[in-house]
Amino acid sequence: MVKYIFKRVLAMIPQLFILSILVFLLTKAMPGDPISQAFIGNPNLDPAVLEELKEKAGLNDPWHIQYVRWISRLIQGDLGNSYVHKISIAKLLGDRFSNTIILGLATLVLTYLIAIPLGIIAGRYQDSWADKMIVGYNYVSYAVPLFVFALLMLFIFGFRLGLVPTSGSVDPQVTKGTMEYYLSRLHHLILPATTAALLSTVGTIQYLRNEIIDTKYKDFVKTARAKGTSEKVVYNRHILRNSLLPIAAFLGTDIVNILGGSIFIEQIFGYPGIGQLFVSSILQRDYSVVVVLVMLSGFLALLGTLLSDIILSIVDPRIRLED
Amino acid sequence: MLSQQQLLQINELTTSFRIGDEYYPAVDHLSLTVHENEVVAIVGESGCGKSALALSIMKLHQKENTKIEGEILFQGKNLVPLSVDELNRYRGKEIGMIFQDPMTALNPLMRIGQQIEESMKNHLKMTKEEMKNRAIELLAKVGIPDPERTYYQYPHELSGGMRQRVVIAIAIACEPKLLIADEPTTALDVTIQAQILDLLRDMQKEMKTGIILITHDLGVVAEMADRVAVMYAGQIVEIADVYTLFTNPLHPYTRSLFNSLPSAEHVQERLHVIQGMVPSLKNLPRHGCRFAGRIPWIDESAHEKNPQMREVEKDHWVRCTCWKHFKFPEEAEVRNYAVT
Repeated sequence: MVKYIFKRVLAMIPQLFILSILVFLLTKAMPGDPISQAFIGNPNLDPAVLEELKEKAGLNDPWHIQYVRWISRLIQGDLGNSYVHKISIAKLLGDRFSNTIILGLATLVLTYLIAIPLGIIAGRYQDSWADKMIVGYNYVSYAVPLFVFALLMLFIFGFRLGLVPTSGSVDPQVTKGTMEYYLSRLHHLILPATTAALLSTVGTIQYLRNEIIDTKYKDFVKTARAKGTSEKVVYNRHILRNSLLPIAAFLGTDIVNILGGSIFIEQIFGYPGIGQLFVSSILQRDYSVVVVLVMLSGFLALLGTLLSDIILSIVDPRIRLED
Repeated sequence: MLSQQQLLQINELTTSFRIGDEYYPAVDHLSLTVHENEVVAIVGESGCGKSALALSIMKLHQKENTKIEGEILFQGKNLVPLSVDELNRYRGKEIGMIFQDPMTALNPLMRIGQQIEESMKNHLKMTKEEMKNRAIELLAKVGIPDPERTYYQYPHELSGGMRQRVVIAIAIACEPKLLIADEPTTALDVTIQAQILDLLRDMQKEMKTGIILITHDLGVVAEMADRVAVMYAGQIVEIADVYTLFTNPLHPYTRSLFNSLPSAEHVQERLHVIQGMVPSLKNLPRHGCRFAGRIPWIDESAHEKNPQMREVEKDHWVRCTCWKHFKFPEEAEVRNYAVT
């Protein structure tokens, strides 16, 4: 398996290379550039000066020269600088990256905590009133737009009830490293994570429910019952384990979605993360940041599918990762 | 055989499935007795209710849409009114079940050893070590060449024949007094079929188990059975010991089954077939002779209004009176009749 994983990682290199060209070209194809975007609506600026600035930043070079310049730095581990923020992208990502990861992991854990029990109940007691309620919740959470629901949550729990902070990832007055600091982070995390989790359970619940309904009529379940196995064990050992396989397969991609999935949430809850940075970078034509972020999510997507394959090979004995 | 103890007695068993809002009986007032150390074969076409009967004995149907009425007396104890927990004391311990398709009858995520041990775990007080030894012993007994290795293997690593051996090992793990084998060889190819039948017969002789053998294969019946019940549309239409039934089949359905076997002695251009097919559950005639629709050349007066099982010779029972008037039609004649 180690050999297999090594091969897959090697195969990522050409994939990432192609992705880098595509991303670079697409970003370039966006109208405008970071320097003109920064001075938009400023009538006092001489267009000649603007041209000079662009020339200096290398933005007027042909694309392949710009690309080679960028990619050779990237290979050496230099992510480049943000045109807009005037600091290195590594620094810019720093805290935002960890913020997004924390929010994403919290969302993922909450999603599974809600979805797995509900999926099990719905599947096992199919067509009962509990199942109907769960399926109803599923339809509603699928239909409600995220931004409407998030604003509603923010309004009720943040502004009306005042239970949780309405923006930021941590209270600026607390010092880093103290107990208070971590509690404050947790406090800021609750609302965005719960909101995102409540809306992202759909897939897991629906899959698990259908898998359980499908599995419970399979022959090997009859075999288990014919051995005199109690219903509890039939469900836990035989039905549930077989039904969780596709959920496990999604875990890899779910982990990757942590990065891309929270753009709206971060925006609405004023949570400083990658998603928020991504949106503002596009609006400000901050090319260098946009390409790095897209490359990053591309890399994670490749990693996610590999991770899914590895997880599946661990939980399902029928799947072997062959060299 | 007469001196033997009754093991299982089924009285007026009716198993109905719900279609829409109505329940339709797939097994209709069926009575059958199995003695200790006896192999009773149940034969019939697909859809005649054989498997429904097999699953009814241990109540393995989906309970949401199945209704079971009548009596299933196992050593005198009626299983029909029992709850699942009470029934679990019999399942696997007293009654073992061998399923039709070994490709789907085993849990793909569990090692073979665990699957065999599960029923011991449910019924016998044994240590882990004892269970493992017994599981390996069972695997050797059912003819698995390398039982220590197979113990740790997963189902997908075994061939169909080997898996069916595992299914049998599971069924006999607690040495049940009754085995229900639901078409145990149907999904296997012919050479493997013979091996599995040999194995079943050896196990039966060794453990003196009663077996209910569900099959549509008359060859299997001839090889294995002591007594044969022929089932049609949820009812038994003829029952006799295997020798009597093969030498003197009486009911038109039984005779048609035999007639449709290819024979090497009489080379025939076309295989004889039974006209039509078993009517679906919803469209089953509930009055009169249920086979009448498929032998329309026999005059209606030959059938009974309310067909009963009658003992025509010792221990040979036949339903309806139509057998007395039955003859096979000429090839050309068949086409004149619209078969329902």
